[in-house]
Amino acid sequence: MSYRGFEPVIGIEIHVQLSTKTKIFSADATTFDAADNENTSPISVGMPGSLPVVNRKAIEYSIKTGLALGCEIRRKSVFARKNYFYPDSPKGYQISQYDQPICEKGQIVFKVDGVEKVIGITRAHMEEDAGKSNHLGDYTLINYNRAGIPLLEIVSEPDIRTPAEAAEYGRTIHQIVRYLDVCDGNLEEGSLRCDCNVSVRKVGAAQFGTKVELKNINSFRFVEKAIEYEIERQIDAIERGEKIIQETRLWDPDKNRTFSMRTKEDAQDYRYFPDPDLLPVIVSDELVEKIRKDLPELPIARAKRFQTEHGLPESDALVLTTEKPLADFYEATAQESKNYKSSANWIMTELLRELNTTNKKIKDSPIRPEQLGKMIALIDKGTISGKIAKTVFQEMWQSGKEPETIIKEKGLVQVSDPAAIEKIVDEVLAANAQNVEDHKSGKKKNLLGFFVGAVMKASKGQANPDLVNKILLEKLK
Amino acid sequence: MIDKKAIEHIAKLARLSITEEEAHEYSAQLGKALSHFELIAKINTDGIEPLVTPTEIESFWREDVVKQEFTAEEMTANAPAKAGNLFKVPPVV
Repeated sequence: MSYRGFEPVIGIEIHVQLSTKTKIFSADATTFDAADNENTSPISVGMPGSLPVVNRKAIEYSIKTGLALGCEIRRKSVFARKNYFYPDSPKGYQISQYDQPICEKGQIVFKVDGVEKVIGITRAHMEEDAGKSNHLGDYTLINYNRAGIPLLEIVSEPDIRTPAEAAEYGRTIHQIVRYLDVCDGNLEEGSLRCDCNVSVRKVGAAQFGTKVELKNINSFRFVEKAIEYEIERQIDAIERGEKIIQETRLWDPDKNRTFSMRTKEDAQDYRYFPDPDLLPVIVSDELVEKIRKDLPELPIARAKRFQTEHGLPESDALVLTTEKPLADFYEATAQESKNYKSSANWIMTELLRELNTTNKKIKDSPIRPEQLGKMIALIDKGTISGKIAKTVFQEMWQSGKEPETIIKEKGLVQVSDPAAIEKIVDEVLAANAQNVEDHKSGKKKNLLGFFVGAVMKASKGQANPDLVNKILLEKLK
Repeated sequence: MIDKKAIEHIAKLARLSITEEEAHEYSAQLGKALSHFELIAKINTDGIEPLVTPTEIESFWREDVVKQEFTAEEMTANAPAKAGNLFKVPPVV
């Protein structure tokens, strides 16, 4: 894709907050709603003499994510100090990983407008989050509850070429970390934050242009809009004969533009060196293999399986695999109903609609997958019609009762007795003699649909529609 | 060698305010230290793994169990300035 003869080059760094109970180097809680500085300890506020001890879970989650991203896992990785002064980093340095990160050389695959795209993952390294500053003009207030929460920073190769690809890359990472259950994925609370490096170059140029960093964007829609704006801004500047300055810019969602952060006089000089307070992270082959074995099936593989093994269309498979709980719900439903397509349809239309209108998550669904599966099986067995099933579904949603109970209590069983249906058909035909005449003489167009509707109505929707059709066809010959 | 400009850069990164004289003095001192490292750097280290830590013990990992041993009041007790239980610092933007 070309923009006025220029090609954008985009790389993304995503900070994923790992959902451990405690911080990466101390046993402080990581709860989001804690009172000011409640989740702190001498380690997380950087008291002299305090010593960090690494959290096993943070390492395991990092390995798990690295494996899901197709990365190589370093058997020996090293924590390093990244030195800079800012009050939200109480020690005067952030503990991160530098030249020996835990995960390297992976890739992810996703589709943008139906076209498969492969994006390389350069690395994913562990680091600690900073505290939260609240700037109030004359002074700044600092809360260290977030300081030390484990982050995995996932760095992409500069393989991304369009704003839409960038947003989809972000969504794919978000989906994967939620599937893995290593991050709660809450974008509003900052559990996943994107920094985008954007540059432009003349189409065909070998060298990259000067890159600008867009920081801390917390929605994928904004990632797309911010990059779109930034590409145009850079091309405009180049066309005016200006030079692109390497800088950090922020996205202003209200004004739909990026703006320059205070430009730093000095280039950053972090003086990384191995943290002498921490041992290298030695990971055994056994641990890596154990985590690899326990990896859940990832969304792309699962969507493929839903297509090949369950015969679902791609669009259904993609919708059902957006979230792991939804895919699990579908599989449990299909297992009970033995009808893949029908299970998919009921979930995608009725269930998702109810969940959306009531603002509920799939795990809070009052209907359990087994119940929905049973209901679908009852349709396929002919016990209830598809139309009646909608009533049963509503009742299940309201009361959470079993479908059989509802059918029994409300007398919703489908009438499949030919004699009983014939009786209703006769009544309907007798009441509509003129229409019968017109149908038979061909005076009016095919009135079969009208008669079927009338019979179904007369049976309160309980007549077996196939039988109604069959009997009507015979009678109207 | 390490010149005055480099010393001033390092001082700035460390948020140290140094005088002209001190810059000259440190330049000479650090220059000596660096030239000693240059001597060490001449030693042939082919085939030797970089040493990250002198201890040979395997990694020690903590289990992910919450231990809240201090209150927010205690953790902010030594703060030169605070507002409630928040640390109060000079403006940074």
